[in-house]
Amino acid sequence: MSTTTSPEKTRAEARAELPQGSARPASAPATRSARSTRAAGQSGPSGWFAAPALIMFSAFALLPLGGVIALSFTNWDGISDLSFSGLSSWTTVLTDPVTGNALVVTAKIMFFSYIVQAPISILLGAFVAGRQRYRALLAVFYFVPLLLSSAAIAIAFKALLDPNFGLGAGLGIPLLNQDWLGNADLALFVVIFVIAWQFIPFHTLIYQGAVRQIPASMYEAARIDGAGTIAQFFHITLPQLKYTIITSSTLMVVGSLTYFDLIFILTTGGPGYATRLLPLHMYLTGFKANDMGAASALGVILVVIGVSLALILQRLGGKDRRASQTEGA
Amino acid sequence: MSTLSAPRTTPSDANTNTGARPPRARSGRERPNILGGLGGWIWLAIIILPIYYVIITSLKRQSEYYSSNPLLPPASPTLDNYVMVLEHDFARYFLNSAIVTIGSVIPILLVCFMASYAIVRGHSRFLAGTNSLFLLGLAIPLQATIIPIYFMVTRANMYDTLLALILPSIAFAIPLSVIILNTFMRNVPNELFESMRLDGCSNWQMLWKLAFPLVKPALVTVGIYQGLQVWNSFLFPLILTQSADVAVLPLSLWAFQGEFSMNIPAILASVVLTSIPLLVLYLVGRKQLLGGLTAGFGK
Repeated sequence: MSTTTSPEKTRAEARAELPQGSARPASAPATRSARSTRAAGQSGPSGWFAAPALIMFSAFALLPLGGVIALSFTNWDGISDLSFSGLSSWTTVLTDPVTGNALVVTAKIMFFSYIVQAPISILLGAFVAGRQRYRALLAVFYFVPLLLSSAAIAIAFKALLDPNFGLGAGLGIPLLNQDWLGNADLALFVVIFVIAWQFIPFHTLIYQGAVRQIPASMYEAARIDGAGTIAQFFHITLPQLKYTIITSSTLMVVGSLTYFDLIFILTTGGPGYATRLLPLHMYLTGFKANDMGAASALGVILVVIGVSLALILQRLGGKDRRASQTEGA
Repeated sequence: MSTLSAPRTTPSDANTNTGARPPRARSGRERPNILGGLGGWIWLAIIILPIYYVIITSLKRQSEYYSSNPLLPPASPTLDNYVMVLEHDFARYFLNSAIVTIGSVIPILLVCFMASYAIVRGHSRFLAGTNSLFLLGLAIPLQATIIPIYFMVTRANMYDTLLALILPSIAFAIPLSVIILNTFMRNVPNELFESMRLDGCSNWQMLWKLAFPLVKPALVTVGIYQGLQVWNSFLFPLILTQSADVAVLPLSLWAFQGEFSMNIPAILASVVLTSIPLLVLYLVGRKQLLGGLTAGFGK
């Protein structure tokens, strides 16, 4: 491992500097001075150019974010006027065993989705990065799920998993004739499988792009040293993908908090509470049980978990990476 | 046929095996990667099987659905299911989806393009702060805000209108779009702006005459990505609309399967029909579509 870290680092550094430095090396000093004159306030575009975006974002994203906190201290059924209710929504939510269960289900889906999706995405990404024609052809099909809506995918799988007229009956294998979505032990894993089916293509696409950026010379050198396909994968591809793995992992983990539509249509959280993950629990509490206060409290929990996870994963990725992202690398 | 069953139950095993072999196994020069190839074909089966099932079933009559083997194509294919779906106001849902998508994507591109220009070219504290705010915005899970958004929309008397879907869709697309556009905007050489400025061009003119043509590929990318997001969106339509007049395709799909729960072939025909527009787009502009999806991530 230690031998691979130094080239990696230089590559990252080079990349971080790319936008300002090497993109236009000849004029670097000129750029700097031009910048400082503009900074003095002569003719940079005015802030008004950013105003429409800022206003839209504030009104329909930031304001609701504040609103979810405010609403968590109120009593509201979704129709009548709301009233201040102190901490009662929070007490309801935090003492409700279903909330704890929703957190466990969310954690399970997050964990299993990750360990299923990450390795398959990396391997498939490396696979379709190859220039062989049959791989290009397979890739055309691999990416089709990217275009389908969660609603379409959920409905398709619901039919496919029907114990009487679906896959099991078609193949004549009794083992596959399960009540996949009606059995509490199976439903969670079915959900994880369908999520993987939907989202692996996206991460495959990310990895395909990243693998193609690895310099071919590295593989040639390894081949001359006698490294086989698998050795090359572990000693070149995987270490070179480090930053892509961090990005993709962040998206996978934080994304697990947003699997709503798929599960809503597939199981509506059932059977029982077996697949009722946090966003779904929030929706059902708010729009089905008409307790918007409690649902808002769940929303706050969702935000806190989402933002903390994103921060933790960025930290794991290192500060350099974060800086380079802000710079637009 | 039975070989198809293995990958469906254990997709991860089939593929992780590829990597789990000892490194010394194969050292041939350009020898084909058999394990990789095998995994690739297995994954193809996993991806294709559900799609194949949906298509063949949508062409079956209901009686055949109950009597024939689910994985065999229909003996006498019929388009009746499609006709039925089309007669159930498919055109209106399609139109609604198109209005919401176009009505969201054009404003997204416009406001984000302007904001990105200001953020990259300007240097005020205000703009730096705006940029940090958008970066932060990436971490907010959209789902968490559905209740206040529902509250705002009902209080503003916008409930059950297409506008109610468009406004939050724009807002939630802004952070990522601006960040992707910034990357491209930074690559426009400063000298070009300087020389235009010396010619007496205003920022507004520079925005359209210089930045726009140079950033156009990025705008296409962002447009495709956000268009796909809005087109397939289900949660906002679910909470912000209720009548059939303003239903968008994913929501109509869900409503349809609730209404005709016994007629699986018709439900699957509606799945195919709602997916066709994007599949056609995929056939026409696959490279651009896929490139658009990973922009901002693959780097």
